[in-house]
Amino acid sequence: MAMIRQCAIYGKGGIGKSTTTQNLVAGLAAEGKKVMIVGCDPKADSTRLILHAKAQSTIMQMAADAGTVEDLELDDVLKVGYGGIRCVESGGPEPGVGCAGRGVITAINFLEEEGAYEEDLDFVFYDVLGDVVCGGFAMPIRENKAQEIYIVVSGEMMAMYAANNIAKGICKYATSGKVRLAGLICNSRKTDRESELIEALAAKMGTQMIHFVPRDNVVQRAEIRRMTVIEYDPTAKQADEYRELARKIVENKKLVIPKPLTMDELEELLMEFGILDEEDESIVGKTAEAEAKLAAA
Amino acid sequence: MSMNRQETEQLIQEVLEVYPEATGKQRAKHLMANDPSLEKSNKCIVANKKALPGVMTARGCAYAGAKGVVWGPVKDVLNISHGPVGCGQFSRAGRRNYVTGHSGVNIFNDINFTSDFQEKDVVFGGDKKLAKLITELDGLFPLAKGVTIQSECPIGLIGDDIEAVAKKSAKDIGKVVVPVRCEGFRGVSQSLGHHVANDSLRDWVLHERDDDQSFQSTPYDVAITGDYNIGGDAWSTRILLEQMGLRVIAQWSGDGSIPEMQTTRHAKLNLLHCYRSMNYISRHMEEKYGIPWLEYNFFGPTKIAESLRQIAAFFDDAIKENAERVIAEHQPTMDAIIAKYRPRLEGKRVLLFVGGLRPRHIIGAYEDLGMEVIGAGYEFAHNDDYDRTFKELQDGALIYDDATSFELESFVERLKPDLIGSGIKEKYVFHKMGIPFRQMHSWDYSGPYHGYDGFAIFARDMDMTINNPCWQKLKAPWQRTKADALPAAA
Repeated sequence: MAMIRQCAIYGKGGIGKSTTTQNLVAGLAAEGKKVMIVGCDPKADSTRLILHAKAQSTIMQMAADAGTVEDLELDDVLKVGYGGIRCVESGGPEPGVGCAGRGVITAINFLEEEGAYEEDLDFVFYDVLGDVVCGGFAMPIRENKAQEIYIVVSGEMMAMYAANNIAKGICKYATSGKVRLAGLICNSRKTDRESELIEALAAKMGTQMIHFVPRDNVVQRAEIRRMTVIEYDPTAKQADEYRELARKIVENKKLVIPKPLTMDELEELLMEFGILDEEDESIVGKTAEAEAKLAAA
Repeated sequence: MSMNRQETEQLIQEVLEVYPEATGKQRAKHLMANDPSLEKSNKCIVANKKALPGVMTARGCAYAGAKGVVWGPVKDVLNISHGPVGCGQFSRAGRRNYVTGHSGVNIFNDINFTSDFQEKDVVFGGDKKLAKLITELDGLFPLAKGVTIQSECPIGLIGDDIEAVAKKSAKDIGKVVVPVRCEGFRGVSQSLGHHVANDSLRDWVLHERDDDQSFQSTPYDVAITGDYNIGGDAWSTRILLEQMGLRVIAQWSGDGSIPEMQTTRHAKLNLLHCYRSMNYISRHMEEKYGIPWLEYNFFGPTKIAESLRQIAAFFDDAIKENAERVIAEHQPTMDAIIAKYRPRLEGKRVLLFVGGLRPRHIIGAYEDLGMEVIGAGYEFAHNDDYDRTFKELQDGALIYDDATSFELESFVERLKPDLIGSGIKEKYVFHKMGIPFRQMHSWDYSGPYHGYDGFAIFARDMDMTINNPCWQKLKAPWQRTKADALPAAA
């Protein structure tokens, strides 16, 4: 049995991690790869396009219903969807109660104990909640889990801030283990010179922009049908993009310990691309009234 | 006999030398030689600071202070250990807080109530389970007067809103429901737990009957605070107060109850035994209801007589006369006890390491028996405890705050005391060193030690421990000297 490649997808909330993950995983499956998706988000929307489901029953919810997680079998939680893709969702509480991070830890431990990783798999993808708020959401990149991290990003400022922060987190685990940054996936928001900007960012971080996924409404049309583009319309141009991304990931050898940018470096980059204006230190902390007075003088 | 200040300081320096530099520097601030002329301790000893890793501190956690010490003895509440099962089970009925009543009917101290957290409760939160548990408990134990929610660590981590559950459940069951935020990771020792528990009593219990005027008070109403009735301590205290004509309307919290606590505001005086664990609520009652509070000491006849007179001074001449009568009545018994035991204990040297009160409070009882306390230390005292300690100890006596295992053992090796008074964690180490030992948290399953009745038991226990023939067996016959011979039985 070949080594299972375990990949985790991180990125700012709302950037399109789940959509990108499922579409690219569908691309891998179409190439004949055996893949499992582990949703690590209490929202449990990481597998709906593969299973054509509203939301998959989650490990934590079933454990709560059954009594304890020990009462569950792997077959209860593992569903197989398009292209033989295996799907599990860790699940977790409603916002504002309990501990979602612990849910991720419990679910992944359960999958390990139940031998979910011993199957004949080529890839495991962890689709992780956007904001890594506590140790639980770093679970997928700890020892013996995901070793390849892909960060979904766009040309928007906050998305790049988030990507840089995630890279900092990866450094922490990279120095003590084998986890590596494998690339940035640009999920286009059609901002100016987006591809160029993300390529520059990737270069500064010591990594690559592995693919530029253009914006295309066919993605939304497929989503409404709870399908990936590859399944909904394999002839669409966007399906080619996801297949291309999948191919690049299969061939990807560029696994690095990232070099996160300092705040100044990042701002400099943003200024270079005209996203951030040159900072004017003289206006910091000045009220409108004070400015009016200065203008009058 | 004992060391002078210089010798004690020398000993401290020698013990500190073993530590790595940074540790030694920290620990040096927690050790000192006593100077009885000192008024304030803050310049000479550091207390209530986080224990260093690796030193094997004897301290407990905030949950231990709140659930174990303050709330545990209250007999008519259901103390829920909210979280995984261990905290509740391993602290169940461990402190020998005696109560009157029928277990499971109108007293509940010996039962472990827990929400028994599982993974799913951590992930999804435990508020619903808690609310259900409170309703179920109320159905099972209708005579309980209230429920407390003793918060274990995970509750604080996941941010469950136990206050909201408490408010709603209190309405549902029509009884007090008290959230106690005593997560074990808070603070540096059990001391914070005492404070948290006091605050929970202040905010959720004390004032609940402020509008109820049905209580018939008298000018002689007092409350006992900071007595946990270990081995019956509060009862042997209460007897004396009643003999001098006072009416004890509440016991906080040994053999105590919610209704008593809620009528405490009618007391004319709060009598505070354990200052460390209940000064907070005593100060609050002084501020809110104008009830003065008095620290007293019921260990040994000297301190008892002193305290009875101080208490009586708050009341009229009749009470003052009664106090004198009570002292006089017990004097012959006390004299007889001292006559019996003092010859067997005279000059014996004692080292104490207990919680937050006894290292200073019990010195007088030893001195009544002709014994000498050569070192005293607290697990979780604050500086105001040390302020109160200096004048009780003799000049040059060794003082140690949150002593480490290494320090205690070193001090014992050097000072060779005749008796060590400390806790279960220390007991067997010193037994193996061949030194007589008494547990001074639990009275070694004996007691009471408070009051005149308690002194009789205290004196007997110290004698049977120190003069136990077993210590002779640790020395080979040819190593024995004349001094090792047993004193004649009185």
